[in-house]
Amino acid sequence: MLELINVNKAYAGRQVLANLSHMLRSGEYVAIMGESGVGKSTLLNLIAGLDAPDSGDIRVNGVAISQLNDDAATRLRREQFGFVFQAFHVLPHLTVHQNIALPLLLNDRSTDRVEQMLANVGLQGRGEHFPRELSGGELQRVAIARALIHRPALVLADEPTGNLDPDTAHDILQLMRSEIKANGATGILVTHSHVAAGTADIVLNLTKNGLFQAQPEHRR
Amino acid sequence: MTSASLSRWLLVGEWRAHVAQVLVALIAIAIGVAMAYSIHLINTAAFNEFSAASKHLSGQADMQVRGRKAYFDESLYPWLANQKDVAVANPMLELDVAVVGKQSIRSDQKLKILGIDMFRAAQISPDLLGLPAQGKTLDRLASDTIFLSPAAMEWLQVQQDDELQVYAGLHTLTLRVAGGLVRARAGQRLAVMDIGAMQWRFEQLGLLSRIELKLQPGVNHHAFKARLAEELGSSYWVTEAADQELRVENMSRAYRINLNMLALVALFTGAFLVFSAQALSVIRRRQQFALLRVLGVTRVQLLRQMITEGIFLGALGSLLGLSLGYLIAVMAIQFLDGNLGSSFFPGVKPGIFFDPIAAMLFFGIGLCVTLIGSIVPAMEAARTRPALALRAGSEHAVIEKLASPWPALICLGGALLFTQLPPILELPVFGYLAIMLLLIGGIALMPRFTAGFFSFLTARLHRYQIGAVSALVLARLTNAPSQAAMALGGILASFSLMVAMAIMVMSFRVSIDHWLGQVLPADLYVRVATTGDQGGFQVTQQQDIAGLAGIERVDLFRTQQLILDASRPEITLFARPIDGNDPRNTLPLTDDVIASGSLPEGVMPMWVSEAMVDLYGYRVGERVQFPVGASFHEFVVVGIWRDYGRQFGAVQIQLADYQRLSGDLSINTAAIWLRHGMTVDTAIEDMRRLDFGSALEISRSSDMRALSLKIFDRSFAVTYVLETVAVIIGLLGVGASFSAQTLARAKEFGMLRHVGMTRRQILAMLAAEGGLLTALGTTLGFVLGWSISLILIFIVNPQSFHWTMQLYVPWSWLLAVALLMLISAALTALMAGRQAVSGQVIRAVKEDW
Repeated sequence: MLELINVNKAYAGRQVLANLSHMLRSGEYVAIMGESGVGKSTLLNLIAGLDAPDSGDIRVNGVAISQLNDDAATRLRREQFGFVFQAFHVLPHLTVHQNIALPLLLNDRSTDRVEQMLANVGLQGRGEHFPRELSGGELQRVAIARALIHRPALVLADEPTGNLDPDTAHDILQLMRSEIKANGATGILVTHSHVAAGTADIVLNLTKNGLFQAQPEHRR
Repeated sequence: MTSASLSRWLLVGEWRAHVAQVLVALIAIAIGVAMAYSIHLINTAAFNEFSAASKHLSGQADMQVRGRKAYFDESLYPWLANQKDVAVANPMLELDVAVVGKQSIRSDQKLKILGIDMFRAAQISPDLLGLPAQGKTLDRLASDTIFLSPAAMEWLQVQQDDELQVYAGLHTLTLRVAGGLVRARAGQRLAVMDIGAMQWRFEQLGLLSRIELKLQPGVNHHAFKARLAEELGSSYWVTEAADQELRVENMSRAYRINLNMLALVALFTGAFLVFSAQALSVIRRRQQFALLRVLGVTRVQLLRQMITEGIFLGALGSLLGLSLGYLIAVMAIQFLDGNLGSSFFPGVKPGIFFDPIAAMLFFGIGLCVTLIGSIVPAMEAARTRPALALRAGSEHAVIEKLASPWPALICLGGALLFTQLPPILELPVFGYLAIMLLLIGGIALMPRFTAGFFSFLTARLHRYQIGAVSALVLARLTNAPSQAAMALGGILASFSLMVAMAIMVMSFRVSIDHWLGQVLPADLYVRVATTGDQGGFQVTQQQDIAGLAGIERVDLFRTQQLILDASRPEITLFARPIDGNDPRNTLPLTDDVIASGSLPEGVMPMWVSEAMVDLYGYRVGERVQFPVGASFHEFVVVGIWRDYGRQFGAVQIQLADYQRLSGDLSINTAAIWLRHGMTVDTAIEDMRRLDFGSALEISRSSDMRALSLKIFDRSFAVTYVLETVAVIIGLLGVGASFSAQTLARAKEFGMLRHVGMTRRQILAMLAAEGGLLTALGTTLGFVLGWSISLILIFIVNPQSFHWTMQLYVPWSWLLAVALLMLISAALTALMAGRQAVSGQVIRAVKEDW
């Protein structure tokens, strides 16, 4: 589903990713861990087509996203990708319903599924609320719902529980895993947290030498 | 549901979340459009009404024959009437007469009387026929009757069969109001008499103002006009209806266009506010846009979204402005008449009608201005890379790119180039373009200048121990100058325009005041109540005046109206004694003069106004053929004088030359200097005791000066209103920008509160930022405004109105306004700050948006 082929990326003369190669199969849910500054966010940006590698190739379902122009990469992202961020990034002046419906609107698809998704993430009856009326955990539920509403092939999550307390974080991680699995998507979770990483099928360590598989320490 | 819904959601959501900013931008556009549209409606209505009133006087005539002078010999009439191509020739005499009991010194206080041949007029201008009472048809031909339009009756407070007293030369004439007119336009003050009676009673025997011609069917107008003009020679003008319209159009065009330009300036200020609001919105929504890009919104879609927002803002603001403009126009006509303080359209009462084409034009201008304000921020929003924008703290990078000095420098260079270009169609098109480029360039340079200035200040203060608040203020102003400058765009635009207008108006006023001192040196000015173009005082009467006790000196003036070009308004000929050795003692000359000693013997000198140079190409040293008396004579232009009284041209020659060439010894005006010890009141009493004393218009020079300045102030009243509007829009912009920026900095304030800054310190910081920025803005605004005033004074005014003036700066007034703006801006920043620091500090830090 996702292929990284000899990917290189440097910033301001510093090599962040060097000859990185990996393959991810459809339906896999992997966690990527690593020290700060090792290039986890850079890797996510490259996979999402938000940044281009200096050399190498990144293929999503056989399409070399790194070689697409901006519009084509945007269209691919719109259809195939879902995103969950540490800082939630929901639009403050749209209602919860409207925030979740965003990817459907961008893909010109019906928004009928939003109510079901609201129920799935435990936000029934909150569709007309504004983000300012929601707690941090609830905001992240909105973000997860938005990431999955259009049934993307690949969900990218960057420290999705970094701003949440442990109990809420646990709930969110379980929700994310179950929803990714229920939607048949492939998931990549970038995190520093071993607890969070433990919810994934596979844990990968990103080092300056490349990506290496590690055994999950916890599996709840 | 489609992406159109998303666009609507984003638009409504943004506007709902930032109602104040959206409202300010809307108001700015609406006020700008309203001012421009209302001025256009008023001017167009007044112009159309004036033009229609002129046509009404001409009826269905195909052509008019006029003399070069205002009046000509009636012997031309039978000759014209016998031309085979002429179906009807209609002779007319037109006089503006003073009415007993009305202030006759002012031209708008005189009654226009037309003398017509009732039988001829019935065929060409039937609307002008009088409507006598039943059974009194012969009143139309009586020598003591006059017919008045309804507006004239109302103005004079008379009815049918009442008596009306008017001045005719040196005596008073009593006429009977015999009735109204068949048809007169609303507000048109007009009177009609039998032409023979009028020539006799007003001492204009044998004279006509014009002859109107209706041609036989099938006659080629163009060929007839050319043939007639050739046969009549250079003493007459043959004009068609289109020439009349052109003449009316030329008369007020510069004034109307200048007012429209001023209104567009208010709209232009609005454009800066829109730019400022949209740019700040882009900064505030940087992460939102990045998220949308991550979720799959393309650059084009984002650009379209921002432009859509601009279109909605512009369309709403323009619609609001059109409605407001219409209302303003209706009210202005009610309270200010159609002149807007000028006197180009005397005696008309126009009605305001909705003009869909003009409405569409001003709607389009409002929309374009908004789009221009939106496009740069929108492109910036679309260009930003989402991965970078999602990171917090990168907001400053957005607008910094706009700080490139090159576009600004190109604008300033363009402005400089445009100041050197000549007018187009006698309009200072390049002058206005230069002002626009100067404004854009000056404002675009603001971020660079702000950064440079505050860096310098920081470096100078480095060695001193300054407090945390001062350090923070300086750091922000130095390191984020573009955002700071953004807030100042509106204020800089409006303040610089206000400075420019204030300097221009003050320069004009002081120049006029000095000029009045030069052209009105005598103690008293005595005229005969106007009787056409005839000199009122004959030699014996001149001697009577000069012989009065207590009079030291009398200068006699003969003035005449002449047409040198049928498409232009009349020029004025002044014949008067001019100090041949040093004409500067008599005339307000510019530096362009020929010394009297260098003129060859026997050459007749002529001094021309600046307008004659621009409109008729007269140059110092040039020999010109000029009509005096019955024929043309050669004069040499020896000097140019400033004339703020006659925009369409005037010349002065020696009275002796005039009298020798024309044989006309009568004069219109006597300028009188009193002996020491003689009071003005006593002199006036003495003059009133003369046989013809009651018919004299006696004016003190001080009264004439005061009246002139009063009229000046009234003509600039609209300018003051527009200036004030521009400043209010600017202040609104400062308020909105400061509020937006302060609210966007909530996290910064939260952090500062966490690290120990008091609420008071944060407010002090904001007030200092606002105050320092406004101080810099007003200083730069002054420099920019001063530069613009130079263009207005030395390019726009001479090219529009054909007069030059000297530069005067109203320092105290400008300082007072600058201080007022400084206080307002600091208070606005403070109020916005109170709102920002009043919320929960903890929440501010936790907020992601």
